[in-house]
Amino acid sequence: MRKSAEVVVIGGGVNGVAIAYELAKRGCKDVLVLEKEYLASGATGRCGAGVRQQWGTEMNLRMSIDSVKLFETMNQDLEYDKDIEFKQGGYLLVAYTEAGWDQFKKNVSLQRQYGLDVKLCNPAEAREIVPHLNTEGLVGATFNQTDGHCNPFHVTDAYAKAARRLGVEISTYTEVTGIVTEKGRVIGVRTDKGDIATTTVVNAAGGHGAIIAQMAGIDIPVYPERHQILVTEPVAPIQGPMVMSFHHHLYCQQTPHGSFIMGLGDPTEKPGLSHRATWQFLEEMAQKVTWLLPPLKDIRVVRQWAGLYDMTPDRTPILGGTPELAGFHMAVGFSGHGFMLAPMTGILMAEHILGLPTSLPIEKIDLGRFARGELFHEPSVV
Amino acid sequence: MYDKDREIIICRCEDLTLADIKELINKGYRSLDELRRISRCGMGPCQGRTCRPLVQRELQSVGIPVKDQIPGIFRPPSKPITLGAIARGSEGVHHA
Repeated sequence: MRKSAEVVVIGGGVNGVAIAYELAKRGCKDVLVLEKEYLASGATGRCGAGVRQQWGTEMNLRMSIDSVKLFETMNQDLEYDKDIEFKQGGYLLVAYTEAGWDQFKKNVSLQRQYGLDVKLCNPAEAREIVPHLNTEGLVGATFNQTDGHCNPFHVTDAYAKAARRLGVEISTYTEVTGIVTEKGRVIGVRTDKGDIATTTVVNAAGGHGAIIAQMAGIDIPVYPERHQILVTEPVAPIQGPMVMSFHHHLYCQQTPHGSFIMGLGDPTEKPGLSHRATWQFLEEMAQKVTWLLPPLKDIRVVRQWAGLYDMTPDRTPILGGTPELAGFHMAVGFSGHGFMLAPMTGILMAEHILGLPTSLPIEKIDLGRFARGELFHEPSVV
Repeated sequence: MYDKDREIIICRCEDLTLADIKELINKGYRSLDELRRISRCGMGPCQGRTCRPLVQRELQSVGIPVKDQIPGIFRPPSKPITLGAIARGSEGVHHA
């Protein structure tokens, strides 16, 4: 591992490697990525693999719309030797309450302002899109065809390989133990494999983002929250779109591989770093999904696991630096949608760090927004 | 050219051959978890019960003794089970 670097990125998830790649692509090639286990071993490799643009706030919307365009050509752009398995089967968001439906209508009017062609569906129309959907009590649904699925391991692998070709070093099984500062600026990073001199650090540590910020003496309102998930055996294709119900705190999608990936949010989950899987999740998931999508009752679960969302108070990421410490940058607080935003996160963070004009106004989602009271309050998170 | 490694199946669930595994190991995927995530080896219905020792042997053959290999994780459930059976088994139990 090198002893100094122009930029040190902490975290070998999809965001960390995307940032490293975009920096190198813009000529900043002396970049070192530090990962305490292996690439995508944290939240990236544990996520639901969904790619959604149907958000309810401006920055999530704009970042996800631009990210989808990047996913569409990523195999070629990154010259990937495998396939990122991007499938645009759409997302059908279902509302089983009037309040939920009212929120959807507000979201859609905002989504259309940013050019997203989202369809408002009555129950019969929803059933045309997903014929096995239980429409008992369904008030309405929204559908966007260009949402979908992508393979998080392969996207991370694609960025990592492209970054390495440009000279980025990725050091796995290397844990950050401290951040060295002097006179209000970063001067180095300590790891269990030795120290690195650097004046620029990027915190892309996901659920561990607040711990890394603490090492630099910065308090950030980000906390880890366990979310559980399961995958079934692969079966013949029967469901194109992701089905997502905020009323049931549930999402469920069939991947191009044939397996179904599904998860639940638990509103009673306490902050914490545990990613233990529980039988209670398995039971609740099975009960809810077999009600919502009855034919799934005959499909076998092969595996369940859990991962960490890195939550912020407004469920919107924190991108950018802080006046408290020069050279300390953050791409954290993705609140469960870090994978799908990663292509734009990489570009925006690279532009920001290199002092270039940013493609989107990321100053709106900096750490300072909490002090300014300019929050985004994303309504659409499971 | 005939390559017998292309005819030896290591992962029956995902149709991965010995040649596939060797190629990935040569590319630098050097642990059970990394191989699993890039290739789905061990992610099928058998959950690695067939392929895992075979992959460990291949990692050993490139100089990583089994004792030094980071063990992979066995995740629940221990056998594939239908969503319907789980839902029926927990009927009457109401979750939040």
